[in-house]
Amino acid sequence: MKALMFGWEFPPHILGGLGTASYGLTRGMAMQEDMKITFVIPKPHGDEDQSFLKIIGACNVPVVWKENDWNYVNDRIGKMMHPDEYFWLRNGIKYDFHRIHTNDLGCIDFSGRYPDNLIEEISNYEAVASVLAHQMDFDIIHSHDWLTYPAGVFAKQISGKPLVIHVHATDFDRSRGQVNPIVYGIEKRGMDAADHIMTVSDLTRAIVIEKYHQDPRKVTTVHNAVEPLADIESFIKTTRKDKVVTFLGRITMQKGPEYFVEAAYRVLQRTKDVRFVMAGSGDMMNAMIDLVAKRNIADRFHFTGFLKGRQVHEVLAESDVYIMPSVSEPFGISPLEAMQVGTPSIISKQSGCAEILTHAIKTDYWDIDAMADAIYSIVKNPAMHRSLQELGREEVNNIRWEDAGKKVRSIYESVM
Amino acid sequence: MKNICFYFQIHQPLMLKRYRFFEIGQDHYYYDDFQTEDRIRYLVDHSYLPANKIIAEMIRSTNGKFRCAYSISGVTLEQFEQYAPEVIDSFKELSKTGSVEFLAEPYGHSLASVFDANEFELQVKMHSDKIEALFGKRPTTLFNAELIYSDEIGELVSKMGYKTMMIDEAKHIMGWKSPNYVYSHSYIPKLKLLVRNHKLSDDIAFRFSSIMLTSEKFIGWVASLPEDEKVVNIGMGYEAFGITQSYQTGIFDFLKALPYHAMEQQVSFLLPSETSKKNESAGPLSVPYPISWVGNDKDLTPWTGNDLQHEALTKLYAVGERVRLCTDKPLLRDWLMLQCTDNFRYMSHKDAHGTHFESAYDAFMNYMNVLADFLVRVDAQYPTSIENEELNELLKTINHQEREIEALEEEVKKLKSKKTKVIAEK
Repeated sequence: MKALMFGWEFPPHILGGLGTASYGLTRGMAMQEDMKITFVIPKPHGDEDQSFLKIIGACNVPVVWKENDWNYVNDRIGKMMHPDEYFWLRNGIKYDFHRIHTNDLGCIDFSGRYPDNLIEEISNYEAVASVLAHQMDFDIIHSHDWLTYPAGVFAKQISGKPLVIHVHATDFDRSRGQVNPIVYGIEKRGMDAADHIMTVSDLTRAIVIEKYHQDPRKVTTVHNAVEPLADIESFIKTTRKDKVVTFLGRITMQKGPEYFVEAAYRVLQRTKDVRFVMAGSGDMMNAMIDLVAKRNIADRFHFTGFLKGRQVHEVLAESDVYIMPSVSEPFGISPLEAMQVGTPSIISKQSGCAEILTHAIKTDYWDIDAMADAIYSIVKNPAMHRSLQELGREEVNNIRWEDAGKKVRSIYESVM
Repeated sequence: MKNICFYFQIHQPLMLKRYRFFEIGQDHYYYDDFQTEDRIRYLVDHSYLPANKIIAEMIRSTNGKFRCAYSISGVTLEQFEQYAPEVIDSFKELSKTGSVEFLAEPYGHSLASVFDANEFELQVKMHSDKIEALFGKRPTTLFNAELIYSDEIGELVSKMGYKTMMIDEAKHIMGWKSPNYVYSHSYIPKLKLLVRNHKLSDDIAFRFSSIMLTSEKFIGWVASLPEDEKVVNIGMGYEAFGITQSYQTGIFDFLKALPYHAMEQQVSFLLPSETSKKNESAGPLSVPYPISWVGNDKDLTPWTGNDLQHEALTKLYAVGERVRLCTDKPLLRDWLMLQCTDNFRYMSHKDAHGTHFESAYDAFMNYMNVLADFLVRVDAQYPTSIENEELNELLKTINHQEREIEALEEEVKKLKSKKTKVIAEK
């Protein structure tokens, strides 16, 4: 079976959980022998792992016919794409996209990030999708998250092949309910046009059904999993006098950082040998620094700024407790990563991963007393720490992308 | 002729309230009285009282031929006294008929039999005292909490003067043996063991409505057992009547009809003490490791199976000796309540029966916070910096100081009189 997937991020250059989930899922699916995946992203860097799928950069797909020399094309994009493929794809240009600004190869320059003209970039992505849909051979279209829904829908209209969309988040999660009508419109159109909708948790599934008015029969939950770390042994925990409690993620409203600060304040009323780390950056960072100062716990509270790659796992492994007090989290893969390196996790009940984890502490995001209690208990009771660590690791190691992949496959088959 | 030996267990723990770590050292009251009362009232109204009423009627209508035994934990008796004294009266009425036996058990429904022999002995004595005070008769049969039993516990129990003990039918202990005989302790023949018939007990307690059991069928099964299998021990939580099997299933009618069918098929009822007195032991049972009446494995894993439970139990029983030195009444009461097996069952990952906590971790956190406060209080009475033995000596000195002073004064007097005598003689 050949799947054409539209995504926005792919490791190693990722900005959020979407890239990690895309990688894990495709890798899990690629374990099925007959599964051929073509993964489209706006702008690849050339260092992506292509051993189990084929990556096409939308920025290398011509949407306007330009006459070019083979050697010239090879010079320009040879590292990313074979010139022959470029010329072959050029035959798929069936529409006039001169209105879009293109470069000398007739390709669109994508940022591949989340720029201010995101809406424009999303619609340009659609143009690329039309070329691919005309030229390529595939059995199913799979769109990851709202940025790629329009591309998926357009590809479906052209090819007549079924479309499944994968909801990694909705605008209701990102905005605490203050939904952007344009984004909502894009999401709704995508969901309406899809033959089947996959959500990363039952929580998200409920939102899709209630807020986007989708038929429950066409919405299925496929929980995320976690990719086993190859170099897991290399992450070690240095013994130190103070216990470390870590918050890691974007410091934004959605992640509930203020609840973490308040819980920290409560814990520090009782015990002094605990340090709190807030890793990441975001629009609420300064407000959090202010709050920490106001609570008079700045000597025990540390900000690290944005972390990436290996640093993330290092910080997780060095911590005694990982905490994710998200107000609304469609899935939340980081507690799984923390548990993988043996760090007990406290997660909010409002996060999707709470649905599949037993050996993590679950509290309401607003319940700072419960959160503080859990932190205190884990740092003070070795048995609690050990139990969560051992059973948690075992649990997480049994949550495999391969199984998620099988579930996706059965959904594919149901719509074909 | 077959004999059925019925016994019912009643135990409800005090429910711990939500106790956060910042209350440690501030708040010394650990219970959610509202919830405890609410639950005990519900059970009393839907199960205990209606069942007692029917049992009383059965005893009356059979002229005392229907007989059954109760094991009510001390913790529960206290709850009845506080929230539902009419239940105590109802049991007193039953007791007066002479057809009901009350069994001994550790007062706090604790695991002390496994972790703290001295505590176990104390609690059993305390419970027997209570039963004697309430119902006028001292128990001779022991029903350990959760039917926990091992050779070691049996020895302890026998030394305490109990003649009969109830145990459960654990496959790995019984092997091919039938539970329908009276057995004895592996090396103390005078301690008789009554083995609960697991299948027939559960047929009533758990499968009653699903297998559409009738009294006739049930008595029929008992009557058709092999000739020489004389004793059928049927034990269950009293909640089987009205809660596990609701009123609508007809469980009370089932109960009511039992004596009639028993009479018809020549099956009689015996109390545990009578059963053990009337029957010779069919042989000794060797139980090297403790068994219980829970789960398929019938072992202690529901309370001691994981790290959390282990930690909580170790921390709790580490201060046993010290707490027993204390005389502070509220502290001693809390000590009993904190030992309830339920507290540890709630910490089980797989088998947290009856828990009101969200998870094993939640139960553990709450319990450990309470325990931390409790330990602070124990420490305030007798600081842990002093060793137990040293403390014992000190306490002895303090307790005996008056007597000692008296003795010394006596001596001084004697010496003085001697001296005056000597002087006088001179």
